[in-house]
Amino acid sequence: MNVDEIEPQIAEPATLSLDDRRKLSFLVEEFNCLYAEALDEGRIADWPGFFTEDAVYKLLARDNAEAGLPLSLMYCAGKGMLKDRAYAIEYTEMFAPRYTKHQISNTRVLGREGDIVTARSNYSIFETLVDEPTEILQVGTYHDRFVIEGDRLLLKERCALYDTVCVPICVVFPP
Amino acid sequence: MGNMTQFPDHSKEAPDAERLKAYSWPDDPTLVPEWIYTDEYIAELEQQRIFQGHTWNYCGLEVEVPEPGSYIRSYLGSMPIIVTRDEEGEIHAFENRCAHRGAEFCKTYRGKTETFICPYHQWTYGLDGALISVPFRRGVKGKGGMPKDFDMEANSLRRLNVTTRNGAIFVSSQDDMEPFEDYLGPMMVEQFDTVFDGRPLKLLGVHRNILEGNWKLYQENLKDTYHATLLHTYLTTFGLFVASNETFVMTDDTGRHSTTCNRRPEGRPDADETTAEIGSFHSAMQLADPSVLNYVKESDSQWTSNAMTVWPNLVLIRQTNIFSARQIVPMGPNKFMLIWCSFGYADDDPEMLEHRLKQNNIFGPGGFIGIDDNEVIKFVADGAQRGAGRDGVIPLGRDDEPSDTVITDRALRGMYSWYRKEMGL
Ligand SMILES: [Fe+2]
Repeated sequence: MNVDEIEPQIAEPATLSLDDRRKLSFLVEEFNCLYAEALDEGRIADWPGFFTEDAVYKLLARDNAEAGLPLSLMYCAGKGMLKDRAYAIEYTEMFAPRYTKHQISNTRVLGREGDIVTARSNYSIFETLVDEPTEILQVGTYHDRFVIEGDRLLLKERCALYDTVCVPICVVFPP
Repeated sequence: MGNMTQFPDHSKEAPDAERLKAYSWPDDPTLVPEWIYTDEYIAELEQQRIFQGHTWNYCGLEVEVPEPGSYIRSYLGSMPIIVTRDEEGEIHAFENRCAHRGAEFCKTYRGKTETFICPYHQWTYGLDGALISVPFRRGVKGKGGMPKDFDMEANSLRRLNVTTRNGAIFVSSQDDMEPFEDYLGPMMVEQFDTVFDGRPLKLLGVHRNILEGNWKLYQENLKDTYHATLLHTYLTTFGLFVASNETFVMTDDTGRHSTTCNRRPEGRPDADETTAEIGSFHSAMQLADPSVLNYVKESDSQWTSNAMTVWPNLVLIRQTNIFSARQIVPMGPNKFMLIWCSFGYADDDPEMLEHRLKQNNIFGPGGFIGIDDNEVIKFVADGAQRGAGRDGVIPLGRDDEPSDTVITDRALRGMYSWYRKEMGL
């Protein structure tokens, strides 16, 4: 192919009006801020509250996903499993204390069907341990399906697809 | 057949006696010297004498290279290798390093190909690692090119000795290896076959993490049954592994391999004398979704879990309905990679597949108990790196007592007595 023939690719045309996109993007961004604050402030017990009762949460290594392999690094089907993950982190797992900081960006609403909103965002997580410099724990993309409940959103599905497939030691808190 | 693998055999040489004088192993078998976790020379010597010595090294599963042309990246010790399946279905393994300028040319985790082409000068290799073409071999217009006597075979990728058992692949850089079954010994073969019983497997996925610490700490971790009921509150709280469970710790005759078998009681453990000594036991807690821990019986084994270590680099786990093979990849004295490969059986129905995927939350770089071990290894490494020198102690239990207790360091002592022989220490 000749270089001149390469057409710049623009993502699929928006199916929503500018007004809807603006409004829904704000809701998603606000949701992600609250989600990140809860995790970064160590309120892991609040984490299941961001999801619907039947929600699915998956943390997937990008190379596995691209090879069609189904294994997740973390997998919760239903709020029970989300709560069990939160409980394990708070009461049964042993790990060095750490600060984490989520940065969530490139948020884009992809569409809306009824009260279901699909969106994607990039995330990166910085982690800081005692007497250690801050390190990048993960970079990845959230592929989300939200349910609109009044003027806020709940996650029906969050698939966190991470590029950082060689995990530095371990991922304690769910991205 | 000659030297197929083209790797030197360092075990035939005496190690550098002068240099080794600086290292003296304590006489007391319950002591482990600290320098085996931190020293650069010891780490180098391990590559030569252990990983590139007379060992069978795990490098992947046959189901990871399911079709002709399938390949994966893997390692023998610290050395990057490629594992392939050729057109006839045969498994090959060779160094991931061009014979020409030494480039590590394969930079994808897995894929399908007919040939491997080093991008630097396009030297091209077949699925068995043989050099099949060299650009401009005859030069251009009669000038340049390879010498007339250029030997294609001698400039192939360095091939490894390959063996398989029931779907697991092992490699060695030595040609004169004993059969894998003799390497394991009859008791370990029996345990190995509990996980790999010959049924076709289904690959669920592969996780990788980089741990801070010496690779032997991970071998120790699996042989250290004492920690399992103390560090892993999740296991004890939800009854998967409690000190009072029926248990069996066995090592082979050489001491290098080991297995811990364990039987889960029905239901959750009672608060009794064994749980009273576990400071972190949470007797009141119930899982919101206890179905995740259900045990679907799928083998004749009387045990619900096996944790097996195959020297030098494989940890094989069957815990409830989780099957996983973990490959230990040393990366210098204070760093190693773990490659966690999870699998089920090819004939799993969708429900069983889902059950395994849920249960896999327990292990891995984000696992309920995987996290405990990944983290605690750094704690030990930090101690070894930063602290003032002192030997580790592994005094629990006796070497001659029955092995139906987990409160023992017997398997660690077995491993280090073998390690000293192999290293010439
Ligand atoms: Fe452990």
